[in-house]
Amino acid sequence: MTYIPTTDAERQEMLQVIGVERVEDLFHDVPEPYRFPPLNLPRPISEAEILAELHAMADMNVDLNHAACFLGAGAYNHFVPSVVDMIISRSEFYTSYTPYQPEVSQGVLQALFEYQSMICALTEMDVANSSHYDGATATAEAVIMALNVHHRRRRRVILSPTVHPMYRETVHTYTQGMGLTLVGEDTPRHDLKALAQLVDDQTACVVVQNPDFLGRMFSPSEMQALADTVHAHGALFVVVVDPISLGLMVPPGRYSADIVVGEGQSLGSNPNFGGPYLGIFAFRREYLRRSSGRLVGETVDKEGRRGYVITLSTREQHIRRAKATSNICTNEALVAIAASVYLALMGKHGLRTVAELCYHKAHYAAQRITELEGFHVLSTWPFFKEFVVQCPAPVEDINRYLLDEWGIIGGYDLSQDYPDLNQCMLLCVTEMNTREEIDDLVNALEEIANGALEAPPGGLTLSQR
Amino acid sequence: MLNRPEPTIYEISSPGRRGVTLPELDVPETPIPEEFVRDRLLLPEVTELDVVRHFVRLSQKNFGVDVTFYPLGSCTMKYNPKVNEVAARLPGFARIHPLQAPETVQGALQLMYELQQYLAEITGFAATSLQPAAGAHGELTGILMIRKAIHEGRGEPHRTKVLIPDSAHGTNPASTTMSGLEVVEIPSDRRGNVDLEALKAHLDDTVLALMLTNPNTLGLFEEHLLEMTHLVHEAGGMVYGDGANLNAILGIAKPGELGFDVLHINLHKTFSTPHGGGGPGGGPVVCNEELAPYLPGPVVTMEEHENHVHYTWQMPEKSIGRVRAFWGNFAVLVRAYTYIRMLGPEGLRAVAENAVLNANYLAARIKDVYPIPYGTRTCMHEFVAQGKIEGAPDVRALDIAKRLIDYGFHPPTMYFPLIVPEALMIEPTETESKQTLDAFADALLRIAEEARTQPELLKEAPHHAPVRRLDEVRAARYPKLRDVPGLDEEEALSS
Repeated sequence: MTYIPTTDAERQEMLQVIGVERVEDLFHDVPEPYRFPPLNLPRPISEAEILAELHAMADMNVDLNHAACFLGAGAYNHFVPSVVDMIISRSEFYTSYTPYQPEVSQGVLQALFEYQSMICALTEMDVANSSHYDGATATAEAVIMALNVHHRRRRRVILSPTVHPMYRETVHTYTQGMGLTLVGEDTPRHDLKALAQLVDDQTACVVVQNPDFLGRMFSPSEMQALADTVHAHGALFVVVVDPISLGLMVPPGRYSADIVVGEGQSLGSNPNFGGPYLGIFAFRREYLRRSSGRLVGETVDKEGRRGYVITLSTREQHIRRAKATSNICTNEALVAIAASVYLALMGKHGLRTVAELCYHKAHYAAQRITELEGFHVLSTWPFFKEFVVQCPAPVEDINRYLLDEWGIIGGYDLSQDYPDLNQCMLLCVTEMNTREEIDDLVNALEEIANGALEAPPGGLTLSQR
Repeated sequence: MLNRPEPTIYEISSPGRRGVTLPELDVPETPIPEEFVRDRLLLPEVTELDVVRHFVRLSQKNFGVDVTFYPLGSCTMKYNPKVNEVAARLPGFARIHPLQAPETVQGALQLMYELQQYLAEITGFAATSLQPAAGAHGELTGILMIRKAIHEGRGEPHRTKVLIPDSAHGTNPASTTMSGLEVVEIPSDRRGNVDLEALKAHLDDTVLALMLTNPNTLGLFEEHLLEMTHLVHEAGGMVYGDGANLNAILGIAKPGELGFDVLHINLHKTFSTPHGGGGPGGGPVVCNEELAPYLPGPVVTMEEHENHVHYTWQMPEKSIGRVRAFWGNFAVLVRAYTYIRMLGPEGLRAVAENAVLNANYLAARIKDVYPIPYGTRTCMHEFVAQGKIEGAPDVRALDIAKRLIDYGFHPPTMYFPLIVPEALMIEPTETESKQTLDAFADALLRIAEEARTQPELLKEAPHHAPVRRLDEVRAARYPKLRDVPGLDEEEALSS
């Protein structure tokens, strides 16, 4: 199937109007020796055949409809109401382009304006843009924005060691040509004071995550203290957030954040094996003209009716070219619309409930695991939905056992990023995890505490269940 | 289209309404330290029906490819097959976590591995990274790869100049600046090519790369392409390919065989994945052997065992690093994979042939009325006309574009490329029929007539849209970028 409507007869008519004999004649500018190369690809197949193949490939994967999931670490299994997919399946939304022609794009524009509004409500920041690619690139763009606010005169950037490791890596990649000094990643974990000590008058920004990658929540007063030091040196305070946590937690706008970024996948998108996701990006009004990304603004038409347009584009690449604040063009508009639908449906009560369910269930799980021999919950700090457990065996082995014997997807192996957290697992509990699932997890870990990993496969442990 | 104004979600809100039911708490409560808890959350309070009606009504104020012809130049607004949407939503794809162990996601990894192979084959390159999320993201990736390969791999850190034609997309110079490199603009010649002499003048030992879109944004295949790529290589630089216009050359030519070193691909243009009102897209990067170790990663590799294959992640040896979290816009990759499998090699070539046929046909139908600079040449998948109509000196490209809305069409790209005054950049794509092209050409011809006889019809257009022309100056001068009752009043008080 090629989705090409033109018949041979029509093609002949068209060629005649153009004034050439054959379609091949249209390609005489292509150097002859390289023209019409063979493509070594599988033969074309029908919709029925491709669907059968795709089903088979999809069925090879262990999906979250068939396994209890305690894995988070930046991608989360939160509830997605049916309405969300129904709305973003409206093809007026998903088959449209960037709304450069506002008169025939009011739907996308108003939906994005409402997204910006609700992100401002959630973070209590002045302005939110209409998205970056994901949490990691939003973080990198925040760093670049901070550099631009200082006209690139400050070249020191401080990254907390408990910002998501992939986000830190992305910051390194994005800024590798800028001659920056990136410091802070080797400071003690969760130590905001140690970060504060690094701030000097050459510092463009300090980036902190709250709750951090290991799940720790910092209190508004701890965050405010760091913000005050950062500001005393004229630097910007960048905070990476989990939007679901903001159903409950004091928003970063209340502790003087200058730029707030985060991963918005939790707001109405499936885990999708890592993408498309949604880069949340909000900031203080004074930095508006240095900000990156697309902004939708309210205005009026010539009859005085309210309408929406892309605005302040003079910051953007299609106008400012080499002097643009970022190169971003295509963003994650449809995912932002999904977030808009999600936040509207949840509303002030629903999002609070989701956050509380995560908090209580995660704490219940941690409490029960604390009681197990050989497992230590290292999260003695306040946490939201993720916590660290030190295990009596390598995380990889534990996870294999959990999946094979219990149908459970276990936590994230922290030794990949923090070598001293050997045999430590980051567990995540959301509103999707039932008490039964949590109890199963605890029972499975208890089996491991009792030596199940050493037992022969299919042996005693299994029959005891 | 729906012409009634739609209130905002906050205007619909009424205290006490709920839009969703959540599970009861089934575990004991744990006290939450008071100082962490926010005192307000200014989200709306609406029902499910409120939300559904609101967003369905908004959708009715929007054009999309499924609604009407959408000939936006350089955007390749082709039909988005519905099977793609079904494929991406299979629970085995949508409901898998990116950090699951590779052995639990072999189907997903196989799909990614095969797509890496297909994209490399279609473009004539050695290796692929599926990580970049969009075209501009792919550009940044490719330029960072060239930078590292030349600065570190070849030990020539003094090369910092990137040559970019004046017809290039704005993302090219912006990506270059983000990479900490210097942009040098190269003019175009009288036939719409990169000016070869101007290019030569800049080819010294400070040149890092030439960034080239081919076919270029005038819709023309560069006539000196092989000479240019040869000259840049001879000068010690590399050639970056902007693949935004790849639709024109599927099965017609492979950029990897024409002297390009690295290229990004817009899955949301060439490979039929929907644009989503501005995203998500997919911007995979393909490259030659020399650059392959610098690709962002991890990428998917295949290990062959005695009676099965195993797919796993691998970080390229000298990688520039990751350019985002996780692996790429996977749900977009599923759609592109589906499309390639359904079309096969013949189908892909038919795409390019018919895209080019449609563009040349449309150009031929309107060229006597709308000037087409460089119009003596055969165009590729798109062409740039001028919104200058004889006998209608006051009418601008903008007016013609807005009047097209009254005829039920989405306007073409306007005022780009910058080197053509009053540009109307038209890309019909291969999925449009002769009837649609004829109807569009007829509308353009009628509009030209109106421009001479009733120019006010154009100046006042659109007449049949949810809103009339909007005051963009006001939007920029007095930015109103949110509407949150409670928050806005507070800000007004404090300022």
